[in-house]
Amino acid sequence: MTPRTITELAAALRDGSTTPQALLADAQARVEQTDKDLNAYLSVTRELAEHQADAAARTLEEHPETASPLCGIPMALKDVLCVDGIETTAGSKILSGFKPPYTGTAVQRLFDAGAVCVGKTNCDEFAMGSSTENSAYGPVGNPWDIERVPGGSSGGSAATVAAGSVPYSLGTDTGGSIRQPAALCGVVGFKPTYGRVSRYGLIAFASSLDQIGPFARTVEDAALVFGAIAGHDPCDSTSEPRGVEDPLASLRAGVAGMRLGIPREYLGEGTEPGVRASVEAAFRVLEAQGATLQEVSLPSTDVALSVYYVIAPAECSSNLARYDGVRFGSRVERASLTDMYLQTRGAGFGNEVKRRIMLGTYALSSGYYDAYYRQAQKVRTLVSQEFEAVFKEVDAIVCPTSPSVAFPMGSRDDPLSMYMCDAVTLPANLAGVPGISVPCGFVDGLPVGLQVIAPRFEDARVLRVAHAYEQATDFHTVPSPYASRAA
Amino acid sequence: MTLSRDDVDHVATLARLGLSDMEKDRLLGELEAILGHIARLQNVDTSTLAETAQVSDLVNVMRADETVDPIGAAAALRNAPASDGSYFVVGAIQGSDLDA
Repeated sequence: MTPRTITELAAALRDGSTTPQALLADAQARVEQTDKDLNAYLSVTRELAEHQADAAARTLEEHPETASPLCGIPMALKDVLCVDGIETTAGSKILSGFKPPYTGTAVQRLFDAGAVCVGKTNCDEFAMGSSTENSAYGPVGNPWDIERVPGGSSGGSAATVAAGSVPYSLGTDTGGSIRQPAALCGVVGFKPTYGRVSRYGLIAFASSLDQIGPFARTVEDAALVFGAIAGHDPCDSTSEPRGVEDPLASLRAGVAGMRLGIPREYLGEGTEPGVRASVEAAFRVLEAQGATLQEVSLPSTDVALSVYYVIAPAECSSNLARYDGVRFGSRVERASLTDMYLQTRGAGFGNEVKRRIMLGTYALSSGYYDAYYRQAQKVRTLVSQEFEAVFKEVDAIVCPTSPSVAFPMGSRDDPLSMYMCDAVTLPANLAGVPGISVPCGFVDGLPVGLQVIAPRFEDARVLRVAHAYEQATDFHTVPSPYASRAA
Repeated sequence: MTLSRDDVDHVATLARLGLSDMEKDRLLGELEAILGHIARLQNVDTSTLAETAQVSDLVNVMRADETVDPIGAAAALRNAPASDGSYFVVGAIQGSDLDA
């Protein structure tokens, strides 16, 4: 049985066939059943959820017409998103026990809509990774094959939707951390335009790249959640003031007459043959619906990886300077302040975080700043210009989300081979453009994702193309083995 | 691009990251490999390109100069490893191995 979508659950809440409390109990039972294997959750927020379910039930009873479609629907939050008084660790030992004194804007908007938060999901430490193996609290299993990674860094948020425990979750995407795990777990994952969703209350990794977005079972559900969290927020100075186009208004407009570009660099040698075949079949589906497909070129794709692995670590080294054992997080006591800093940070951060802090500090250090950081910022301009040029020729880009399907845990212990996972997702972060991953096939029982990318602020167009593809296929309706079992 | 063990020591000090000798040895090799890959950046002609620090079109975002309620000392100190009720408490500023 396919787990139900937000849209289906919202209808069931309104026809009286279920209640927010019943949906919550169901979600909690599924988490309990599956999480010994999956490790998708760092905490289960039972008290908060029960309070929210009761409040949602009252709203639905008193104001059924005006209640949000998200009212009374269970969901989960990546553990980099702050919730007032609820432990938020970012998957790091250094933040063990940290209870934020406020709730982030995107999360608050969902809570205001009546969302019921089941728990906080596991992720790579400070969202740095592509497999969720870097969490200080153990790796997450992929619901399609427990021996394989769910992708990352939002692996827990992807896995819990794929396991059918909740219909949606929030993740964050700095170089592909929503889209890549969505592809590897066979769900929809949407990274909005940079600035569309407030980052207030998101534990920062790389501030010029980070963006919050939803995981869901369908594109329509992802659009619903995006509509609820998007919009200007004075608490984030990079938040975009211009109004948000209703993502549902054009969702069903189809792709007839649209020009779609296939970047030749995104289907390079590193793409697994099965992924290539699935994505090429998806191109034909879009063509059959009236889209015109043409090859385009983003020549700096190869060097974009290098740009990313200078800029993201540089920003991370600066952002993570705040974990010094003074204001929050753990502390290793030493007589002198400097020794306390050294020991606290040495003990509190894991290997990948240390590696990126070192890389970023090096790239920003005297004598290397021009050669690495400044040069990377200039090439970032080139990456953006190439997207702009392509979007003069085509309305959107279609391509694989990940060059591979989910890989076995422990199989990519070399940092560089792990960094390659993001080769076709991170350019969108560098340019700030929106991107989505939608299920487009299976290779040996493992899901493949189709990525759609559009110009900045054309979030509705990304959703429209993905929805048109999804409606013509049924890959998104195939439940993972864990979802079948739980259902 | 060759990195020395002294470079690793220097960067770890700048980053205030206490690392064991084993960690430094491992990082030396890993950082060399990553920097070797990143070196391809140098081949791009950027003579006509300006830097991109951020991708939004926003400039100098200001808010009205109005007082808003702060979070308050009690909430701000709640997560502190050590405080005296109104301040964060830390060890002596001087006397580190790094100061020598």
